Amino acid sequence: MPLEKFPQVVGQAVYVPGDDIDTDRIIPARFMKCVTFDGLGEYLFYDMKFQEDGAEKEHPLNDPRFTNASIMLSGSNFGCGSSREHAPQSLHRAGFRAVVAGNFAEIFFGNSINLGIPCVSVSDDNRLKLASVIKEFPEAQVIVDVVNLQVRAGDQIIECELRAGARESLLNGTWDPLDELLEANASIESIHNSLAYT
Amino acid sequence: MDKRNLFEKVWDAHTVGQLQNGQTQLFVGRHLIHEVTSPQAFGMLREKSLPVRFPERTFATVDHIVPTNETQEPYSDPLADAMIKELRKNCQDFGVTFFDTDTGKQGIVHVVGPEQGLTQPGMTIACGDSHTSTHGAFGAIAFGIGTSQVRDLLATQTMALGKLKVRRIEVNGSLNPGIYAKDVILHIIKLLGVNGGTGFAYEYAGDVFDSFSMEERMTACNMSIEGGARAGYVNPDAKTFEYLKGRPYCPKESEWHESIANWASFASDEGCHYDDIVKIDASEIGPTVTWGINPGQAIGINENIPDPARLESKEKASVEEAIEYMKITPGAPIKGTPIDVAFIGSCTNGRISDLEEVASQLNGHKVKEGIKAIVVPGSQVVSKLAEKKGLDKIFRDAGFEWRLAGCSMCLAMNPDKLIGDQLCASSSNRNFKGRQGSPTGRTMLMSPIMVAAAAITGVISDSREVFSS
Repeated sequence: MPLEKFPQVVGQAVYVPGDDIDTDRIIPARFMKCVTFDGLGEYLFYDMKFQEDGAEKEHPLNDPRFTNASIMLSGSNFGCGSSREHAPQSLHRAGFRAVVAGNFAEIFFGNSINLGIPCVSVSDDNRLKLASVIKEFPEAQVIVDVVNLQVRAGDQIIECELRAGARESLLNGTWDPLDELLEANASIESIHNSLAYT
Repeated sequence: MDKRNLFEKVWDAHTVGQLQNGQTQLFVGRHLIHEVTSPQAFGMLREKSLPVRFPERTFATVDHIVPTNETQEPYSDPLADAMIKELRKNCQDFGVTFFDTDTGKQGIVHVVGPEQGLTQPGMTIACGDSHTSTHGAFGAIAFGIGTSQVRDLLATQTMALGKLKVRRIEVNGSLNPGIYAKDVILHIIKLLGVNGGTGFAYEYAGDVFDSFSMEERMTACNMSIEGGARAGYVNPDAKTFEYLKGRPYCPKESEWHESIANWASFASDEGCHYDDIVKIDASEIGPTVTWGINPGQAIGINENIPDPARLESKEKASVEEAIEYMKITPGAPIKGTPIDVAFIGSCTNGRISDLEEVASQLNGHKVKEGIKAIVVPGSQVVSKLAEKKGLDKIFRDAGFEWRLAGCSMCLAMNPDKLIGDQLCASSSNRNFKGRQGSPTGRTMLMSPIMVAAAAITGVISDSREVFSS
């Protein structure tokens, strides 16, 4: 059964500036002491948002104007570090449906696509253009267009990149590969038998 | 016949087919799991009423949340206690072998795999942990995956993956005395950048990797992901086979010669294609220390902390952010920076040779008063061997705490954490903001011997000077 298709994500965007934002920052390890992903949305960027005494820090995600944001804009190498799927799970559970960044760390990218979260890359210049639209018009509607590989915000129409296979999975609703993997049972059995090790 | 590199040979041998989106359906012959990234995957199997397809290909251990100073269950942290019990139940329900805490085999998954002989040349290996690249030291293609992919592997022993490019990194010549595998990999990451390896597998080669022991190769492969490369490997050779001989899950004596021939056949062919080749002169590498908030922000021990005032705009912002977080002075020498905590351990540097090397140099030196110094062996096997050799006593006599095996203060999911903005000289692999358990805690990465030097002097030091006498 095909899953939801993601030709585009439309919503408000929030800019979280910085390069090399690692998955420890997206979801600190202490919040992974859990056996389900439920509730992780609450801890998104927790230590960036709160002081140790629980007081709010100045952070875009604490800005009430962006409470309903569903698109995150950030710098290059977004999601580097730990392979924890808790990071995209936390983003998704906090209401984010797409990420626009300079580029993405490999494992984070794969984990996000597998959850149906488009992750598109934009150049540094274009990222700053988008950031300035968001700054000037926080309520601006942003469109991450997976069909045409564009990000549109205000009067800006910006080209973005998304690996062809990932794009196709999002457009066809095949981003969760499990059913397709299961179908190959006979070939799986044959590779299993062909290997010199068990 | 086509000349192929190791990555291509292993990839081809494990390809089930092409998926609709162009990715490869790759068979993963060895699947390792731990308590943090697997429970949700088992939950998804239960939801779909799916069995584990080949339970004999998955092995489990518990490492991230285990306390290093208590063995009695229930653990004092109820969340940690729930996680170990969940893993135990999942392994039991689905027929997966579990190296539990009472087996004498528990430890960090990337230390346990090789020492049990589960990691062998020519395999595909995956684990819900980014440091799975460690296993590449044996000429396996090994990589970290997310929990949904853990589910895919449990259900089908396969996963969807795009083929990686291969960059050969040759380190030629010989290392100067007092330079270790950790310095080599920190140097490589500094040179190629924290995302320089995105889309690549790294093939490490050259004189230095040829002469490295298996444990040194593991240290380097371990941190491939810190350079953005999902996998890193060294071609298998006589050292690889020697290390594996007699290990519990390795082929038996009667199959040994056949196995070696098979393993050797996976090595990259002379003259094969690489997407990129980088050559590094070993003599340029000194004791290397990170000063910032990602593993690429590293300098030689005798260099100064960067001054953002002298940098171009793009780099400037990240250097400023790192300096502010680390509370260090731009342009000042890194040497002499006061530390609060010293941590020797982790899947990067928690193996027996790491502990032996430090112990052999301690020689009456004592940890400076006021410094908390802990040694956490990578596994129960390492721990037992170290104790047999009397290393625990040497460390204790020098003022280190000798702990039980686990990930411990590398990511601080157990009670071992920094407090406030303590600065830790650490033999682990990540210096991210808050990585060691305190949101304002600070980490400087270095080799175990450099950690010991810092523990003794109380400041970041050149181990060659501290241990010269």
